[in-house]
Amino acid sequence: MADEKIHIVRRDFLRTGLRGAALFGLAGGVGALGIRSRRQGTAWRRGTVWQIDPEVCIQCGNCQTNCVLRPSAVKCVHAFALCGYCKLCMAYFDPQAQEHDTAAENQLCPVGAIVRTYVDDPYYEYWIDETLCVGCGKCMKGCRTFGNGSLFIQVRHDRCLNCNQCSIAAACPSRAYRRVPADQPYLYPARYPGEPPAGGKALGATR
Amino acid sequence: MGRHAELKPLTLILVLTVVLSESVGAAESTEQRFPPPEFGPEYSLPQSQYPAPRADVYQYVDIAALLVALSAASYLALRRRSRRGLFVLMALSLAYFGFWRKGCVCPIGAIQNVTLAAFDRSYAVPLVVVAFFALPLAFTLFFGRGFCAAVCPLGGLQDLVLMHPLKVPGWLSNALRVLAYVYLGAAILFTATGSAFLVCQYDPFVPLFRRSGSVSMLTLGACFLVIGLFVGRPYCRFLCPYGVILGLLSRLSRWRVKITPEACVRCHLCEETCPFGAIQKPAEEPTAGERTRSRRRLAVLLALLPALVVLSGWGVSRLAIPFSRMHAAVRLAERVQAEDTKKVEGDTDASRAFRGTGRTTAELYADALGLRRQFVLGGRWLGGFLGLVVAVKLIQLSIRRRRPDYEADRGICLACGRCFDYCPVEHQRRKMTNVE
Repeated sequence: MADEKIHIVRRDFLRTGLRGAALFGLAGGVGALGIRSRRQGTAWRRGTVWQIDPEVCIQCGNCQTNCVLRPSAVKCVHAFALCGYCKLCMAYFDPQAQEHDTAAENQLCPVGAIVRTYVDDPYYEYWIDETLCVGCGKCMKGCRTFGNGSLFIQVRHDRCLNCNQCSIAAACPSRAYRRVPADQPYLYPARYPGEPPAGGKALGATR
Repeated sequence: MGRHAELKPLTLILVLTVVLSESVGAAESTEQRFPPPEFGPEYSLPQSQYPAPRADVYQYVDIAALLVALSAASYLALRRRSRRGLFVLMALSLAYFGFWRKGCVCPIGAIQNVTLAAFDRSYAVPLVVVAFFALPLAFTLFFGRGFCAAVCPLGGLQDLVLMHPLKVPGWLSNALRVLAYVYLGAAILFTATGSAFLVCQYDPFVPLFRRSGSVSMLTLGACFLVIGLFVGRPYCRFLCPYGVILGLLSRLSRWRVKITPEACVRCHLCEETCPFGAIQKPAEEPTAGERTRSRRRLAVLLALLPALVVLSGWGVSRLAIPFSRMHAAVRLAERVQAEDTKKVEGDTDASRAFRGTGRTTAELYADALGLRRQFVLGGRWLGGFLGLVVAVKLIQLSIRRRRPDYEADRGICLACGRCFDYCPVEHQRRKMTNVE
């Protein structure tokens, strides 16, 4: 009986020691991660979100098809401050367009999400109807190839579920996705003039 | 037709401008091809909307919810000893962490974020992720696996569908449980090398919480639920990598679930009712003959242990080449090499993007080879770890301890409280305490 008692006490002692060591290790690890993350900026406190670097993006179309949401959380955004208000907008018109008018068959956007309005000869204003946009990036490609690059696709944070592993990021061929601090949730084109809105970051500023 | 002709000069100018600006090059990259027009003062520049992410106060709400749920689970399992309470808490957690918060971020996935932070110095891990990783571990060290029983939404979903639990034979469940170690090891290897978040990518239940996702993932989730009708919590028991860590830590827990605080009458009802095979039969002191036999077996296994570790470390490191293809850079390097040596026709989005960046193929190959070396080293660790796991499992099976009563296994018991409801001694005890 006495023998058994000692046996149990020994086992409990071992358990208590190991538990203490585990707690110590856990606290130490959390502390180390915390100190390092705090030094790295606001991500520790505010968390991170996924965003597309428009300068790395190659407009492959995966954003439309690989998001866990249907339609995708990625939509096109228009930086009006960058726009040239072109009459012949290569983001709006299909390169094979027969007529340069607002007929659906002449538009590049597969869902007709770009609204074209007349401003002043020869200038036209372009709006993105986000309720229609599917985030395919076709207009971004057109605008970056022939225009100022004012149209760019971004993860829209009113829709994004902020998955731990973004399934578009996993499928992105140019590795344009990255985690950004939640207080700087948008990445603007490098040519963006001046201070971008909404706590965003113009990539030009960092270069 | 006339309009078309009228646009032609514009097209010409456009093409010219593009060609010109391309040839001028990067020096003028911040200048615009088409300077924005100067409109009159009556024109106001429109602004696009930039919706902000979820406010950061909700992060703290999530952490608080986790803390409350963990405390409640510990209280209900250890003090109140109430299966009904645990069930209600489980349903609430499933609704909040699962269907409302859509399953992200969860402690299971957080293993990867913490691993990535440990191996990649540039990755800043957020507080909420670290809290979700560490809090259940800390609670388990004191109160056992209440997290699994009543907080984890993945466990909750499987527990809800469990209709007709079948007994999984001991040898099979012991063998299947090794799978969880393999999954944990693989998840850490692929995260540490920056290849993929395996656990999130192949999480069978998160697509159900979101009610969207690829067909294959939704099918996988449905399969797990169908199996879960007959096998208690198949993911938790045989795959969950976080369950592995919790199981190890709950062996050290300060307090544990007892089937009844009173003397056991050995009716074996608890063993019948536990769907997870966590309840161990009473065992007599082994006889002298058995003892010598198990000692001999133990000696053999202890001698085999280093050999098993080394052999499996070597074996897994041989898989470095296929493993390394999980990393996009290695896949890209192989593709680019195949294109350059004319083994394949055409290009892919990834190889086109790479050629657009202006990086040299030598840099890419060096990166890929570096990653492959990491996989060789990581494979040795992974293999060694798995060899150790198998050896320790075998040693565990050959150690026999005297157990006077039916007892819940410290590591396997999820503290779900089913056994309380079936224990006749416990019923008697409750009646007595109610009378008092």
